[in-house]
Amino acid sequence: MSEVQITESELQAYADGRLDLQRSAAVEAWLAARPDQAERVEEYRRITEELRAAYDPVLQEPVPERLMQPLSTQPRWARYAAVAAWMALGIAIGGVAGWHLHEARPTAAPIADLGAVMARRAAVAHATYSPEVRHPVEVGADQEAHLVAWLSKRLGAPLRAPKLEAVGYNLVGGRLLPGDNGPVAHFMYQCNQGTRVTLYVRTEVAGNRETAFRYAKEGNVRVFYWVDRKLGYALSSADITKDDLFKVANAVYQQLNP
Amino acid sequence: MNEAQRLVDLIPRLRRYARALVGDRASADDLVQDTLERAWAKLHLYRRGTDLRAWLFTVMHNVHVNRVRATRPTDMLEDEMPELAQRAAQGDGLLVRDLERAIARLPAEQRAVLLLVTLEEMSYEEVARALAIPIGTVMSRLSRAREKLRLMMLGQSAAAKLKVVK
Repeated sequence: MSEVQITESELQAYADGRLDLQRSAAVEAWLAARPDQAERVEEYRRITEELRAAYDPVLQEPVPERLMQPLSTQPRWARYAAVAAWMALGIAIGGVAGWHLHEARPTAAPIADLGAVMARRAAVAHATYSPEVRHPVEVGADQEAHLVAWLSKRLGAPLRAPKLEAVGYNLVGGRLLPGDNGPVAHFMYQCNQGTRVTLYVRTEVAGNRETAFRYAKEGNVRVFYWVDRKLGYALSSADITKDDLFKVANAVYQQLNP
Repeated sequence: MNEAQRLVDLIPRLRRYARALVGDRASADDLVQDTLERAWAKLHLYRRGTDLRAWLFTVMHNVHVNRVRATRPTDMLEDEMPELAQRAAQGDGLLVRDLERAIARLPAEQRAVLLLVTLEEMSYEEVARALAIPIGTVMSRLSRAREKLRLMMLGQSAAAKLKVVK
């Protein structure tokens, strides 16, 4: 009878029940001729069972509240972004709208990526500036060329204010906002009924070349956001449906990628 | 999308592993809390679509190693450490407490491998990735951990028998 070679690793894998049938049978045959080894492997299995018996009950214990706490706050990297946004907008101006958003934010769904951070900041900016009657923008649409040139210069990227007349929106103007990754451009549009949408444009972190449209709802503000080459975009509105906002987002995308 | 919820779902498993790894409940939960804080702060480093559990256990391993390094520079001696405290030997908890004590006396790196294989039922490859060690090292640590544990358990039952005889 030719002797089968059984390694120590195979014995371990056998004790863990991780060998395929064929190797398992070979190990069993090998152990059958070696009672002391068989006893050793049997004890390994018993140790595993005892470990599980001793520690599996921990799975059933209620999780202490303090362990959940880290997850109920925003991670620091997202918090810095949020703090920057607040500083940018000014607590005084953003207070009311921002607090409203804060209240409405479900605590169980913290931000999980930078795109979502951008969406939230865009929503805060929208909530802050879109109700403005007298000063909704820094530079009006009557000086569009100047506005676009100024924002392009500050962001260090050639921007365009998309023309959205085809979907019923006219440019009101725009302003510059500070962002975590440098200056942010903020364009405001308005339709004949007075409904406003805002387009938040930031320079993107490298490596994030292009994404599909993504959707977020922050309080009562709906946001479609995406990344296209070097720029991140977020289109926000509080007053139109998701479908209508999607149409506008599509129009923006088409305008910017003719 | 919602990694927060998935992290929450994994907390009981982190606690089980931590309990076996460090022994007492409060220190184990401290380790879990530090791990969650770190994981949450570093979540942007987690690659979507990869195994979140494996990543989380890697984070926990690193947090644990750093804590041990910070508090116990003599961890290397653990292997030879004599039993210091005698258990209060009574009743059904005896076997469990013997086991806990035996695990505590394993060298830390062997203990981690054994627990990830037996409690977490990770594949050997997963353990190798989580602990950043070659798979051959996983197998040799597993083998040594089990053999040590077996001998300790044998020794304990022999000692218990002697006590009864005496």
